[in-house]
Amino acid sequence: MLKIEARGHESVFWRYASPLLALLLTGMTAALIFTAMGRPPLLTVYTFLVAPLLQQDGMQALVVKAAPLIMMGVGLSLAYRANVWNIGTDGQFIVGAICGGGVALAFPDAPALIVYPAMMVAGILGGMANGGLVAWLRIRFNANEILTSLMFAYIAQYLLVYLVVGPWRDPMGFGFPQSAMFSDSTLAPRLIEDSNVHIGILLAPLIAVGLWFMLEKSLLGFQFRVLGQATRAARFAGFRENRLVWIAMLISGGLAGLAGMLEVTGTLGQLTTTLSPGYGFTAIIVAFMGRLNPLGAIPAGLLLALTYLGGDAAQINLGLPNAVTSIFQGILLFYLLGSDYLLHHRVVWRPLPSGAAP
Amino acid sequence: MTDTGPLLRMSGMTKQYPGCLANDRVSLTVERNQIHALLGENGAGKSTLVKTIYGVVKADAGEMVWEGQKVSVQNPGHAQRLGIGMVFQHFSLFEALTVAENIALGLAGGSQRAGLRDRIVRVSTEYGLPLDPDRVVHDLSVGERQRIEIVRCLLQNPKLLIMDEPTSVLTPSEVQKLFVTLRRLAAEGCSILYISHKLEEVRSLCSAATIMRLGRNVGECVPAEKSVKELAEIMINADLPEPTPRPEPSEQAKPRLVLDRLTIRSPHHFGTDLQDISLSLAGGEILGIAGIAGNGQSELMDALSGEVPAGRPETILIDGMPAGHMGPRERRHAGGCFVPEERNGHGAVTTMSLAENALLSAFSRQSLVRFGLIDARKTHAFAGRIIEQFDVRTTGPKAQARSLSGGNLQKFLVGREVMQNPAVLVVNQPTWGVDAGAALAIHEAIMALAQAGAAVMIISQDLDEIFVLADRIAVIAGGRVSEPVPTRSATVESIGRLMGGSRKETADA
Repeated sequence: MLKIEARGHESVFWRYASPLLALLLTGMTAALIFTAMGRPPLLTVYTFLVAPLLQQDGMQALVVKAAPLIMMGVGLSLAYRANVWNIGTDGQFIVGAICGGGVALAFPDAPALIVYPAMMVAGILGGMANGGLVAWLRIRFNANEILTSLMFAYIAQYLLVYLVVGPWRDPMGFGFPQSAMFSDSTLAPRLIEDSNVHIGILLAPLIAVGLWFMLEKSLLGFQFRVLGQATRAARFAGFRENRLVWIAMLISGGLAGLAGMLEVTGTLGQLTTTLSPGYGFTAIIVAFMGRLNPLGAIPAGLLLALTYLGGDAAQINLGLPNAVTSIFQGILLFYLLGSDYLLHHRVVWRPLPSGAAP
Repeated sequence: MTDTGPLLRMSGMTKQYPGCLANDRVSLTVERNQIHALLGENGAGKSTLVKTIYGVVKADAGEMVWEGQKVSVQNPGHAQRLGIGMVFQHFSLFEALTVAENIALGLAGGSQRAGLRDRIVRVSTEYGLPLDPDRVVHDLSVGERQRIEIVRCLLQNPKLLIMDEPTSVLTPSEVQKLFVTLRRLAAEGCSILYISHKLEEVRSLCSAATIMRLGRNVGECVPAEKSVKELAEIMINADLPEPTPRPEPSEQAKPRLVLDRLTIRSPHHFGTDLQDISLSLAGGEILGIAGIAGNGQSELMDALSGEVPAGRPETILIDGMPAGHMGPRERRHAGGCFVPEERNGHGAVTTMSLAENALLSAFSRQSLVRFGLIDARKTHAFAGRIIEQFDVRTTGPKAQARSLSGGNLQKFLVGREVMQNPAVLVVNQPTWGVDAGAALAIHEAIMALAQAGAAVMIISQDLDEIFVLADRIAVIAGGRVSEPVPTRSATVESIGRLMGGSRKETADA
């Protein structure tokens, strides 16, 4: 009889090695799937995971993709550590993009030094408003934030579609569902000229370090950790759960809003109906891959960014469907959660005790 | 197979955990028809030994002979088939199910369920353990819940019944009834292995005792032939000082904790409402609140600690300051410190270090936080002082709380509050599941704090403890608290009657 039992302790080695094991298993499983599709497995995995980095400007493309994922992953790490399960970062990302982009469209001729900070604030506030609604629903009506935040993600997507098809559609855009291009003064400042490397690439690691510091060294971070591990102990200490839920939702929502705003002003240059290829959902994987540690979100964000580049490369070079990215991410999350479970549990074989009922 | 030898003989039992030799060549012999005590401090290795017998833990070395045959118990199911039953200290019952359903779940295989209701009724009446199989568990008292566990074991017709600290949750009269049942079981051929730290009980109930310390055997004796003090000394290998008698608190001492008609409806469906509780505690005084579990103790504790606000500010005065509306942080600031009953996940976060647990309730009174940042050095030092002063056996402030035995963690948690030098200290079940050595240390610390001028409230289901510590005793029953009486003029019987809920006694006492 197979039985699953708790290990009772956690191996420090496997705690950090398990994401790597999950990655290895994902690569192997992906190779099997490619074989089944009649593709050369090694070449495909190579095209998917290695080739994008070797291309010209491959590293630049990688960090640009990774920046929003890291920002959102960091916010989610914080929220999840406090047992606040924000699943709707994708919606907060979109609302941030809408708010930041809205300011950009309204003031195309304003000087960059004034309008861009205003756009950042608008993006953050938009994400916060979305996250705050989720917090309010949980606190006021005891509504499960997993459901409400996810539902808000759909609302945000449809709001975006409404805006770019309706009032904000580019009159010169031949009827395409997209807004006008942002003016130069409303584009994200570049770190490297003539590239997509915008200030978000600098902000993401700074935010990761800052929130790591907050989580580990400050009383506020301690409150999040206590709340996540023992609600009653948090109450005993006098940490107010509702306040912490608010803060966690506002931070994770605000960071997603900022990421969305940076994405549209840094790479797209306009609002489109498909401005988020599920970044907010990928950020959930980033948070778990990074062990819910804000610093861990940095390598995790880079890896998940690679899956997007790899998907593009596989589509272009091998004619594979773009869905490969989603499949790869799904397999990765599966192995990640599986190895996490086995970190704390083990499967044992016990012979059926004689005389027991069949 | 011989029928004349001992029922159970274990020798050379050794179990090594990472970093801890829990059992070091331990031997234990339980005769037939015997009530055998297993004594020892927390961390002495009693639980490991018992879990080995019950098949929960596998020993690294050693021999276990059951009814003359060498056995190695594979799992609890195997133990049950051999005729070994166990009643754990913490019950494993589903609150929303009935007594019969809970018992059915514990039995292997459907075949045993036939006629279960009748067998429950028969066994429970036969052994003086009245149980209604159709009652739902959440309506039952702790004593009744324990009966379910015992009946569950008895239905398997055990030859050995292991009981882990069974009386820590019972009233004095329930204890007496349990003892009658246990004596009768032993007379009918079911031996009992009785784990307890209540030495007085062991002396009156058990005919043999095996004493353990630090994973080894340190003695065997007939408990009735030793005094409580002698038993305790073998157990902890030290001459125990008698608790120092305290001077009477002066009549003029100012009240430091005042409750004025405290009334709180319990937010929980099965909770107890607090009704009209008025008390006044002077500095230097220890007030004991006796009562059977589930009569409003945890609600009172939550109301005092501020986890549940008490409405009108004037309902609770700490050092004259209205505190009824305050949360736990503000109440600590006003001078109150609290030790809840449950250590795991309430008083302490078990997955965090002792230093972080010190921070949990002491950050403001000990100023462990500056500009919103944790002062790690100061926190570490404070935890270190608690560990040193309260003789907490651990590797240091970085050790996880869950690595400590119950007694050691409790010493740490009481120490954490006492060392904050509060004006008012409220402790719920100060020594629940704690060994004699640790209990004595906790009692000493509480008395020293009162001596220094704090007002101390002890909420405890252990009457012995209340009589040792308290200057005055009140009883909580059904969410009401009786008028406190001086300990000098109280008797176990008069308090016991109040615990049963007869409010008329208040007037006579």
